[in-house]
Amino acid sequence: MMTKKLHVHTVINGEEVEFLCEPRQSLLEVLRDTLGLTGSKEGCNNGNCGACNVILDGSLVNSCLVLAVEVEGRSVVTIEGIAGPEGLHPIQQKFLEHAALQCGFCTPGFIVAAKALLDQNPNPSEEEVRHWLSGNLCRCTGYDKIVRAVLDTAQVMALQSTKR
Amino acid sequence: MSAEKTGDSTLSKEHNPTYQVIGTRPIRQDGTDKVTGRAQFGADIHLPGMLFGAVLRSPHAHARILSIDTSQAETVPGVRAVVTGADLADLEDKVTELGEGTINLRHQSWNTLARQKVLYYGHPVAAVSASSPHIAEEALALIEVTYEVLEPVLEVCAAMHPNAPLLIEDMYTDELGQKSEKPSNVAAHYQTRIGDVEKGFESATVIVEKEFRTSMVHQGYIEPQNGTALYNPDGQLTIWCSTQGSFGVRDQVSEILQIPVSKIKVVPMEIGGGFGGKNPVYLEPLAALLSKKSGYQPVKMTMSRSDVLAATGPTSGSYIHIKLGADSDGKLTAVEATMLYEAGAFPGSPVGSGMGVMFGPYKIENVLIDGYDVLVNKPRTAAYRAPGGTNAAYAAEVMIDMLSEKFGMDPLEFRQLNGVKNGDRSTFGATYQRIGYQETLEAARKHPHYSAPLEKANSGRGVASGFWFNYGGKSSASASLNPDGTVSLIEGSVDIGGSRTSIAMQLAEGLGISVDDVRPFVGDTDSVGYTEGTYGSRTTFATGWAAYEVSQKLIKQLVERAAKLWEVHPEEISYQNGGFSIGEKHMSLKELAGKLDETGGPIMASATVRPGEYGPGFATHIVDVEVDPETGKVTILRYTAVQDVGKAIYPDYVEGQIQGGVAQGVGWALNEEYMYDPQGKLTNTNLLDYRMPVALDLPMIDTVMVEVANPGHPYGVRGVGEVPIVPPAGALANAIYQAVGVRLNSLPMSPGQILEALQAEKD
Amino acid sequence: MPVVWIPALLLPLSEGRQKVNVPGKTIRQVIDNLEREYPGIRQRLLDSDRLRPNISVVVDGLISQEKLRHKLEDHSEIQFIPAISGG
Repeated sequence: MMTKKLHVHTVINGEEVEFLCEPRQSLLEVLRDTLGLTGSKEGCNNGNCGACNVILDGSLVNSCLVLAVEVEGRSVVTIEGIAGPEGLHPIQQKFLEHAALQCGFCTPGFIVAAKALLDQNPNPSEEEVRHWLSGNLCRCTGYDKIVRAVLDTAQVMALQSTKR
Repeated sequence: MSAEKTGDSTLSKEHNPTYQVIGTRPIRQDGTDKVTGRAQFGADIHLPGMLFGAVLRSPHAHARILSIDTSQAETVPGVRAVVTGADLADLEDKVTELGEGTINLRHQSWNTLARQKVLYYGHPVAAVSASSPHIAEEALALIEVTYEVLEPVLEVCAAMHPNAPLLIEDMYTDELGQKSEKPSNVAAHYQTRIGDVEKGFESATVIVEKEFRTSMVHQGYIEPQNGTALYNPDGQLTIWCSTQGSFGVRDQVSEILQIPVSKIKVVPMEIGGGFGGKNPVYLEPLAALLSKKSGYQPVKMTMSRSDVLAATGPTSGSYIHIKLGADSDGKLTAVEATMLYEAGAFPGSPVGSGMGVMFGPYKIENVLIDGYDVLVNKPRTAAYRAPGGTNAAYAAEVMIDMLSEKFGMDPLEFRQLNGVKNGDRSTFGATYQRIGYQETLEAARKHPHYSAPLEKANSGRGVASGFWFNYGGKSSASASLNPDGTVSLIEGSVDIGGSRTSIAMQLAEGLGISVDDVRPFVGDTDSVGYTEGTYGSRTTFATGWAAYEVSQKLIKQLVERAAKLWEVHPEEISYQNGGFSIGEKHMSLKELAGKLDETGGPIMASATVRPGEYGPGFATHIVDVEVDPETGKVTILRYTAVQDVGKAIYPDYVEGQIQGGVAQGVGWALNEEYMYDPQGKLTNTNLLDYRMPVALDLPMIDTVMVEVANPGHPYGVRGVGEVPIVPPAGALANAIYQAVGVRLNSLPMSPGQILEALQAEKD
Repeated sequence: MPVVWIPALLLPLSEGRQKVNVPGKTIRQVIDNLEREYPGIRQRLLDSDRLRPNISVVVDGLISQEKLRHKLEDHSEIQFIPAISGG
């Protein structure tokens, strides 16, 4: 049964984007199946694993719990928008240096979540990092190297901003 | 280690050689794709004309299928095909190898789509393909199935009762080829008997006896199963999927669909975790069937999280009873044990491995262990990281702790006294060669964690050891040399966590070049030689060996080319650290690579290995916990995992394997369990209620890598991935005992269980 | 002569003997010779002329991949154990 599709205008990773979607489709589904942005992953589809994390108007959300129509007129940042024109974001670089990933499936969600954390709190403690990242499940790493990578990123970014 | 003689594969078994590449920490080659979201996992695939498949699953744990009516579903606009068990061939009982263990292909087919009976909540009954995933789901709701609901069997002891309902009505208990008189839910009985346990217990001055229960748990990979199939009109089938072994998928699909393997190509996508659960096929045969029936269109299928939990292999819950004795010196004299493992709906629990792992680290001369593989109306179990091991080691390590307490001995000292050494006979019968168990105990005793003071109230420290067999298996690799001196390497092992780089590093070391000059690629079943799956802690060991063999073959050919250029005999040339020389003349590999055309053309080499001399792994873990006596919550204050890793090729990722195994062990020990209602319906089918550890549940996990090189490998590699999940449950149980004085004998040791135990102590 | 440890469940067939010396240059030959001494033992170890899939054979401490074809030395020690699975 096909429902009439709705026309949505939004900004994704700094670019204006338009798409058609059914009211029942989640943002995650549209990102992946309609827009070809498959970096955000489906791990559970009900907000318990964080693999689908995106940043919506500056807030960290599970895109599986957001309806695609809800992003009309708003701004979305996905994993595809984290790296810049010069290359990897410090978070991404530190994840690689610290080997903070094994299978890599949860990694986009963690990187987006870490960015949202550091945007809000540039100098988190280990406890704050663990607390913030509790919405992201990883089954491979035991979180040790992920936490180290985020703490190291905070230090590096703090240094970079003092240099300016 | 580069060969100094030309083309000679003689392995130099030096102790602690100096390596150029091995032991370093380069950035993994697939890293950028993984951190940018570009890496292509199974569900990321998009093909023109792609349809979407969905599976109808049984709402009953045990029932006969009386009829299936798909006519309504077929008329939904957008639906292209519907399949049921009638679309699959009826196979004979044929047992073949899968994931080092075995699988009965008839049962595998029944598990893919039910035939006369459904045997667990979630058992697939039908599948549909449609133009959108939502339409496919709608169509499922219109398939009418009538069931005759039967009484489910949900617990091992109940399943063994003579009057228990039978799951597979013509299944008998197998005892090494001898079948029981009557059909039974007990699929197999195994026994290990060494020495004389009666005499052994007679010479014991202290005997402890206890029974344990563990719950069914899931591997918990974050990426659900998926499979996309394109059945071409020319009869060629291509499958893209998340799997630990592309050749295993090919073999299973070939059998289930009765198609020759030559007609099947399996392309392994990046995999988001497996841990053993992605060895068996689930969706792949369905996608293939639907593709053909939909008019040869590609069909993509992904599993929802609830389907993953309800219907893909978890590992066995178990009942274990142990009696253990030691003499007046504290030396173990005898062990007698009974182990009942849940197989799920079809035979094949890992009780055999569990029997071996249980007292793997200990020298005991009198052993009698009976293991039973028992059917219950739950999903068919699949391997989960050291299959059968965690359950068994939990029980064993609590018993060892009880004995060391009775003897007033330090728990590590007790293990040193009883721990196996090179040449000792194991409790499963085989003799250990060069092993590193004692070294892990030594390192644990010396570690600052072991002597750090415990300051908080209700805190305690526990230790436990663990063992895993490891494995060799078949691996293939091939490489070609590029004109700029870099090497393109194709290897057959799916990369679950950095192995393509650790394999590339072994090729680089063998050639004497930088790992940055090796580009590894995971091949599909058409492009690389037969390679067993990424399981059994075998990948860095076996596929790395294949890459090493490739490096030596490349060197041999290159030396011949250099000989041509210099007009000398190949034997006169020596090769070291990426350079060829004779007398004063010298040429780097890069220079020679640029001259291949003039000396005969391109160079490539391939190798396929099946190394038998893998070495087993041992570990000793230390954990500090704090228990809240009001809530029963366990907080892990500090964790140290000491493991013999043979030789850490890629240390960052060896540490990662240890930390990951510990985290899974912690979840298994403290929170994870399958909760069935009395009708056999799984009630916790989401990741909120199936509670895996999150970042707040764990501290930093310190790893100590002891390197006792495996003399049976060119670089001393020992498998590392599975051992670390074996000790945590025992270590935590022992720590909880030290913290609040209760010995828990049931996993998970959840807050409710701890509170009950504390209350019982008071009464 | 190779030494074979009789699997626990088959001890009734070997009259209770746990450890037996059996001639043979391969595992297959050893099993054939074992059958001569203790009839009935071969069909317990083999299924359609190959080693039962749920058994592994251990030779001198290592699980054999060649199984029935495994070549033995004079002093080889052979055990049959439940098959191991990895994940």
